[in-house]
Amino acid sequence: MNAAIAEPLLRVLDLRVEFGGHAAVCGVGFELFAGETVGLVGESGSGKSTLARAILRLLPAARGAVVWRGVDLTSCSAAALRPLRRDLQIVFQDPLASLNPRMTIGDSIAEPLRIYAATLSAPERNRRVAAMLERVGLAAGMIGRYPHEFSGGQCQRVGIARAMILRPQLLICDEPVSSLDVSIQGQIVNLLLDLQRDAGTAMLFISHNLAVVRHLSHRILVMYAGRLVEIAPRDALFAAPIHPYTRALLAAVPRAGKAGGAAPVPNTVAGAPAPHLGCAYRDRCPHAVAVCTTHAPPLEEIAAGHLVACHRARDFTV
Amino acid sequence: MPPPTLCIEDLSVNFTQRGARLAAVRQVSLEVAPGECVGVVGESGSGKTQVFMAAMGLIPGNAVAAGRVRFEGVDILGTTPAQLNRIRGSKLSMIFQDPMTSLTPHLKIGDQLAEVLVCHAGSSWSEARAAARRMLERVRVPDPARRVNQYPHELSGGLRQRVMIGMSLLCGPKLVIADEPTSALDVTVQAQIIELLQAMRTEFGMALVLISHDLGVVADLADRILVMYAGRIVESAAAGVLFERARHPYTAELLKCIPSVTGPRFERLPTLPGQPPQPGESLEGCAFAPRCPRAAARCRIERPLLDADAAAAHRVACHFPVQP
Repeated sequence: MNAAIAEPLLRVLDLRVEFGGHAAVCGVGFELFAGETVGLVGESGSGKSTLARAILRLLPAARGAVVWRGVDLTSCSAAALRPLRRDLQIVFQDPLASLNPRMTIGDSIAEPLRIYAATLSAPERNRRVAAMLERVGLAAGMIGRYPHEFSGGQCQRVGIARAMILRPQLLICDEPVSSLDVSIQGQIVNLLLDLQRDAGTAMLFISHNLAVVRHLSHRILVMYAGRLVEIAPRDALFAAPIHPYTRALLAAVPRAGKAGGAAPVPNTVAGAPAPHLGCAYRDRCPHAVAVCTTHAPPLEEIAAGHLVACHRARDFTV
Repeated sequence: MPPPTLCIEDLSVNFTQRGARLAAVRQVSLEVAPGECVGVVGESGSGKTQVFMAAMGLIPGNAVAAGRVRFEGVDILGTTPAQLNRIRGSKLSMIFQDPMTSLTPHLKIGDQLAEVLVCHAGSSWSEARAAARRMLERVRVPDPARRVNQYPHELSGGLRQRVMIGMSLLCGPKLVIADEPTSALDVTVQAQIIELLQAMRTEFGMALVLISHDLGVVADLADRILVMYAGRIVESAAAGVLFERARHPYTAELLKCIPSVTGPRFERLPTLPGQPPQPGESLEGCAFAPRCPRAAARCRIERPLLDADAAAAHRVACHFPVQP
C-alpha cells in the first residue's frame, strides 16, 4: 500500500472527548487508509473505547473532527450521518451483551439489511443472512436460534456477521476476542482477516493484547491517559519501541515457557488522574526529567511513519 | 515426604439444571504439597474453578460433589459448616478474579482486613487494625495509614487485588487458591501482581494454587501445571517440561495457539478447530478426540486414563501422546 499518495478514508483531528469536564480523550489525531488494519493498544481507562465511540459519534466530541471521506462526522446533521453509518460498523467486546436476547440471531443479522437495503425481498434477505452465517462458520440452520443457545465464540461470530453483512468500509473492533479462550481467539481473528480481505474493509482493532495486535495490524497506535503516545508501523513498534510506556507494556507481557518473562514494572498506580501539566506518564516513567513535569510532549515524527510523544524520544533511538 | 496439604481423590461435581445432569468435574484426583505452587489451566467450562470451589467446600445449591477432599487431614466434603468456617479464611483462603466484587463496598479496607483476624484469631479490634495496616505494607500498598480508612471504590483494580492478597495471608494460611487473580487487570499491573504473589510465597511459605486460562501467567509462578479439558485432568507436568515437551495433543495445540510478541509473525493465527464439549454432552471415549489431529478409532471408543503412577513427574491421559 502506498500511503504517500493514497487519500485516507478516515482522518481524526485533535479529537477531545469529555465526561463532566474531564478529558477522556485528548488531542488524538491519526489517519486510516482503505484496507488498512490499525491496532490500538493501551490499558483500561486509557480511552480506547471512548475514542472508538467518538469516531462513530456514539459519543459527542468536545473538540476536533472525524473526517470520513470528506464529511466531518462530529458536526454533520443526523440526516447526513444516517446513510454514512452503513459503511461504519463496530464489533463489541461482550458478544452476548451486544445481541438482543429476544431476537433470533437471523433477525439480528438481517436488521442492517432491513434498514439499509429495504428494497430486498424477504427471501433474498434470508438467502443473504444464511450465506453470511455460513461465511462466519455457523450452520445456516441456526438462523432461528436465540443468543443464549450459543457459546461466547459463536455469539461473536454472529456479531461479526451483523457488522459485515453490509460490507462496510470501516470496521471498528473493540476488544473482540478478549472474553474468548485462546483456542477460539485465533479462529475469530482469522475470520475477521478473511472478511476484511474479501470486502476490502479498513479496520481499527482495539485490544490490550499486544500479541494479537502484532499478528494482524499494519500500524499500531499506543494510547496512554487519553493521548496517543506512539504511532508506528508494526515491525518498528515491536522491534524498536521508543516511548517508555510502550517499552514497559511490551516487557510486561507474560510469555509461556520463558521463565521470568515478565519484567519488573515501576510499582505505581495505573489510571491515576493525569497531571494537569507535563507528561501524563511521568510519575511511572523511569526516565522522567524536569521538562516532563512542566510541558506535555507533542507527538513528533522520529523516523518515517514513527511518531512519539516523549521529550526524550531521541535519547532512546538507536 | 510430608503429607500433602490438599488431597483430592476421584472428585466429581454434577450440576442439575432443568432436570438435566451436567458434569462439570469428572473423577479428578490431585495433590498439592506443602509450599508447592500448582498452576491449573483450561478453557472456560473445563471445570478448573469447580474443582477448587469444591476443595473450599463451596458447592452451589444445585450441585452435588462426590469423592474425597482432604485439607490438612480434614475431610472437607464431610465436615460441618461450623468447622468449614473455621478453616476457610484462616488456613485455607481464596483470591478471586474480580477484586471489586469480592470486597464489601460499604466497609473500610482496614475494617475488612481486621475482621478476618477478629473472627479467626480472636484478636481485639485495635490489635487487628494495627495488623491490617502492617499487612497492607507487606503487600506493598503505598500509604497504608491512609488506605485503611478508604473504601474499595477509592482503590484501583491492582490495589484492590493487593488488598485481597493481603487479606488471604492474614492468618498464615497453609494454602491459598487464586482463581484468575490477574485476569481483570492490565498487563503492566498483572506483572506487578505476579511479582507480588511470587514474593509472598517466599515470605509466607504457603502452598498456592493458581487457576488461569493464561498459560503465560501460570508459567511465571507455578512449579507444576495441570491441564484440564472437559472436566478432567489431561496432563500434569513440571512447568518447564510442559512448555517444552507437552505430550497431550490438547496442550501441544493450545501452546501453538498463543500469539507471541516475539518470534515469527503469522499471516493467520494458528487455531484449534472446533469447540470444547458442552457440560451436558455425554462423552464416549476421549473428550478431545473430535478436535484432535492425532485421534484414531480407539480414541472415540475408549477413554484414555491419566497414567496410573501418581508419583510420575509427567502424566498424560492420551492413547497416542506426542513423543518427546
